[in-house]
Amino acid sequence: MVNLKKYNGVLKLFVIFLTLFFTVSCSQKNYTLTKIEGKQLPVNEKVAETPEIEKFIAPYREHINKDLDNVLAYSPETLEKSTGKWQTTIGNLMADVCLQRGNAVFKAREKKDLDICFLNHGGIRAILPKGNVTTRTAFEIMPFENNLVVLALKGEQILEMATYIIKENKPHPLAGMTFTISKDNTAKNILVQGKPLDSNKTYYVATNDYLANGGDSMNFFLKHTQKFDLEYKLRNVLIDYFKEVDTIPVIKDIRITEE
Amino acid sequence: MKRREFIEKTAASTALLSLGLSLSSFETNDIKHLTILHTNDVHSHIDPFPADDPRNPNQGGVSRRAALIESIRKENPNVLLLDAGDIFQGTPYFNYYGGEIEFKLMSTMKYDASTIGNHDFDNGLDGLYAQMPHATFEFICSNYDFTNTVMNGLVKPYKIFNKNGIKVGVFGLGIEMSGLVDKKLYKETVYNDPVEIAQDMTQLLKKQEKCDLVICLSHLGYKYRDNDTKISDLKLAELTQDIDLIIGGHTHTFLDKPTIVQNKAGEKVLVNQVGCYGINLGRIDFYFDKNKAHTNQGRSIIV
Repeated sequence: MVNLKKYNGVLKLFVIFLTLFFTVSCSQKNYTLTKIEGKQLPVNEKVAETPEIEKFIAPYREHINKDLDNVLAYSPETLEKSTGKWQTTIGNLMADVCLQRGNAVFKAREKKDLDICFLNHGGIRAILPKGNVTTRTAFEIMPFENNLVVLALKGEQILEMATYIIKENKPHPLAGMTFTISKDNTAKNILVQGKPLDSNKTYYVATNDYLANGGDSMNFFLKHTQKFDLEYKLRNVLIDYFKEVDTIPVIKDIRITEE
Repeated sequence: MKRREFIEKTAASTALLSLGLSLSSFETNDIKHLTILHTNDVHSHIDPFPADDPRNPNQGGVSRRAALIESIRKENPNVLLLDAGDIFQGTPYFNYYGGEIEFKLMSTMKYDASTIGNHDFDNGLDGLYAQMPHATFEFICSNYDFTNTVMNGLVKPYKIFNKNGIKVGVFGLGIEMSGLVDKKLYKETVYNDPVEIAQDMTQLLKKQEKCDLVICLSHLGYKYRDNDTKISDLKLAELTQDIDLIIGGHTHTFLDKPTIVQNKAGEKVLVNQVGCYGINLGRIDFYFDKNKAHTNQGRSIIV
């Protein structure tokens, strides 16, 4: 028989040693961050495609493209928001179309007429290119899901609106109203539907729901006395308008002038 | 007698051998490499921009991004793939399918987590809720309280990922909805102060959970030039400590390289954002050493 007594002693010591060794080396020490490397990888045509992903996307893409590429109207010129200090061709079109189509819904529902349409310059997300106008054009100009809403505002708030436009110094889309910016940078000769502004009168102003809730710091909208959600998406307003007309007008009339 | 001697000798040499082996095996595992890949503000850009696009011709595309991610995973399988919000809105894919394709593709690419951007509310809380079954990745946002909404329980305040022995704590910060998102879309979602929440999160993740790395997924925006009081990623980095990396979004900021900011404790924080629309993929590689003493002196940052 082999005597294992002496050997057991060695083993015991060894086990204790191992335990200590692992405790010290593993659980006590955390990992220390020693090096960081940061870079940006461009995703472009030099990167290969993934066939499975292409296969997954294809049917969705085909369906959308077929729907979007339907030609609805024709535009003789490119309408864009960057040419014009106080009004632009695309802004005028947007505001006019929303005023006209919004009014049809508002009149049918509330038996009242819209006076003004006021939108934000930033809300126009693309140009309306010369040539065929499709559903896609409407999606590009107005990708957001905003609804057209009507707010009842006092004349006082209409004046605040004019002041806001002057301060912002941007060609925000405006229809149904004109005014002059005087030399001291205030609004004068404010006309609504061709009549001088009456500070006590209630005006019905069409805008989008984002701005109606004070978006882009349009705080005058928050002072409305009544609010009507037309449940009509701005994009659908455009699509319905494109379906209705053959040729898009280039609207260049002056709504805001400087003295 | 001879036999006993032999056993003793063998036992001793085995002990030595195993000790040697364990030491050497520790050495090879001592350096750990973690790759963080990230996107932000992809805005439903599934397809690349067309070749005739005036601003971003031939840029982006999910199919290419997936291939790029896959090639990096082959090089280092220890990858954490993150998104800083605004997955939704920007192409008709979203208008027609409400985000289903975006979530399914991110799941296919094996995204680990995303935070919530303001545009992810664009179809309302119900619209976001409806797409949740299509996402296999986590939604992490610490300063939005969804308790009184349908999203309750579907968004985590933080998550700890164990990546090959490295503990990575990830928390998320969303932007203030008021004035930016329509109330009828976010309903009873409560916005809490990002700096206070970040302090709670870092206390928890770094001090209590002892994470090796703390990442903040932020949709606060990189910086605001004309608004000094508005919280941004650069401000957040300065006002807090124990965050190693802030992955940002919202402002669609294209940076030449990640920004290094000194935090409250005088330590370096990396702030990054990769523009928008899936045009770029951010990559940050972290190397950890087990043998080095726990100090900040030896940390080198190459950007």
